[in-house]
Amino acid sequence: MSARIPERVGVLLALSMAFSATASAGEEQIELKEGTGRDTVVTHCVLCHSLDYVLMHSRFMKKANWQATIDKMVKVMGAPIRQDDIPVILDYLTKHYSAE
Amino acid sequence: MDRRSFLAGIVGGFAAMGSGLWLPAAWRAGISPAGAAENGLGAFSGKRSLIRRTYRPPNFETEILAFEEIITPNDRFFVRWHLGEIPRIAAETWRLRVGGDSVDRPYELTLDQLKREFEPVELLAVCECAGNRRGFSHPPVPGVQWGHGAMGNARWKGARLKDVLTRAGLKADALEVVFDGADRGVIAKTPDFVKSLPLWKALDENTLLAYEMNGEALPHWNGFPVRLVVPGWAGTYWMKQLVSISVVPEPEKGFWMSTAYRIPKGKFPLADRFFSQEEETTTPVTTIMVNSLVTNLQEGQLWHVGSPITVRGLAWDGGSGIRSVEVSVDGGKMWQEARLEPDPGRFSFRAWHYTFTPRKDGEYVLMAKATNRQGSIQTREPIFNPAGYLNNGMQRIPVEVV
Repeated sequence: MSARIPERVGVLLALSMAFSATASAGEEQIELKEGTGRDTVVTHCVLCHSLDYVLMHSRFMKKANWQATIDKMVKVMGAPIRQDDIPVILDYLTKHYSAE
Repeated sequence: MDRRSFLAGIVGGFAAMGSGLWLPAAWRAGISPAGAAENGLGAFSGKRSLIRRTYRPPNFETEILAFEEIITPNDRFFVRWHLGEIPRIAAETWRLRVGGDSVDRPYELTLDQLKREFEPVELLAVCECAGNRRGFSHPPVPGVQWGHGAMGNARWKGARLKDVLTRAGLKADALEVVFDGADRGVIAKTPDFVKSLPLWKALDENTLLAYEMNGEALPHWNGFPVRLVVPGWAGTYWMKQLVSISVVPEPEKGFWMSTAYRIPKGKFPLADRFFSQEEETTTPVTTIMVNSLVTNLQEGQLWHVGSPITVRGLAWDGGSGIRSVEVSVDGGKMWQEARLEPDPGRFSFRAWHYTFTPRKDGEYVLMAKATNRQGSIQTREPIFNPAGYLNNGMQRIPVEVV
């Protein structure tokens, strides 16, 4: 994705790509719990993967694990997440999908 | 149409939701863009009754009941992908590029050429994901939380990789062979899924470029039109939708070799080493471990005093073959030899059974352990590692006798 594409458009483009290229019938039924930060989480995570990745890990993940996961998504996988969105995502996942 | 203009063309199909949440219009309406399908792999996926772990990238495992036969049917064979963009490939337009700095004559192959110009070879081999059984790790570790079904055994037909590489002319400095499939990350920054093999394993007569699985073309979700078959080695090397093969004089350094699919050095009794990829503290997974699975019993099942029960299962390893399987009904104190069915080949599942008549009531704990021809035995507990790879811990199945 070119750096000149504004981030929001980049997200949009990538999201469209995901849905055009991959059969993923059914994943739209997955809903994350209500709460502050949910939309930020959904917007960024569904760019590359379905939300069952979040549910699958909630049994044992702790805040430090979610922090490591977000770091991996940004630094290794190249997720276009702004610095100030990271604490929002971390707080939401820790509050609603962790073992502590 | 290039990727950018293709994308620009479909942006119009999107709508903004409240709270700045952008989703495809079809999503909001509850209509799947890919067409309705109960399993999430698409209506024409050629798959049925798999256990879903994740929708996208699609990760689905085989039900234990499907392992009652030693050949895993194509429509029940597990599905595992790392990246979200998985194109549909047409056989007519598919090309395989063979090249790299360590070949004299790079060239391209069509599917027809691969089938007609190279001797076809058939073999039975187990494809087992390195992360199979990760969901049983103690403590738990992140990654797809697989049960027992991220594996399958099929009859693969294809050309020897060795023959395809030889046509390109190998140079003396060849060290690794690097494979890329057509799948990609959704965003360009995501490391492409690229894997390599040491030259010796690439030249092994059993390493195939497979275009058939159990007598049919490969299912899309198992890598149509051509995937790498690396008998004895973990599924991570069995590259799907193969489009490029490069013979190179240097170790492949991408994320999926240098960081992912690694285990602590010296902790596992691996039959094969991958020297050019070894680092000070970690080494890549290579061979799958000797292992077994009980296929006809479920936890909490009732047995009856005086009635014989036959326990059935499978055993497999990284290519030496199975020497024996033992079964315990008392949680591993006493072991009895199970009867092995005929050997279908050293890379295949091997079936076994054990018949037992309980003489008194109570709680029984059934366990099985396989030993391979090198003398490697399953471990009682899985060998812990941070990514949950190569779990060959013995199953413990509680059964009640009344």
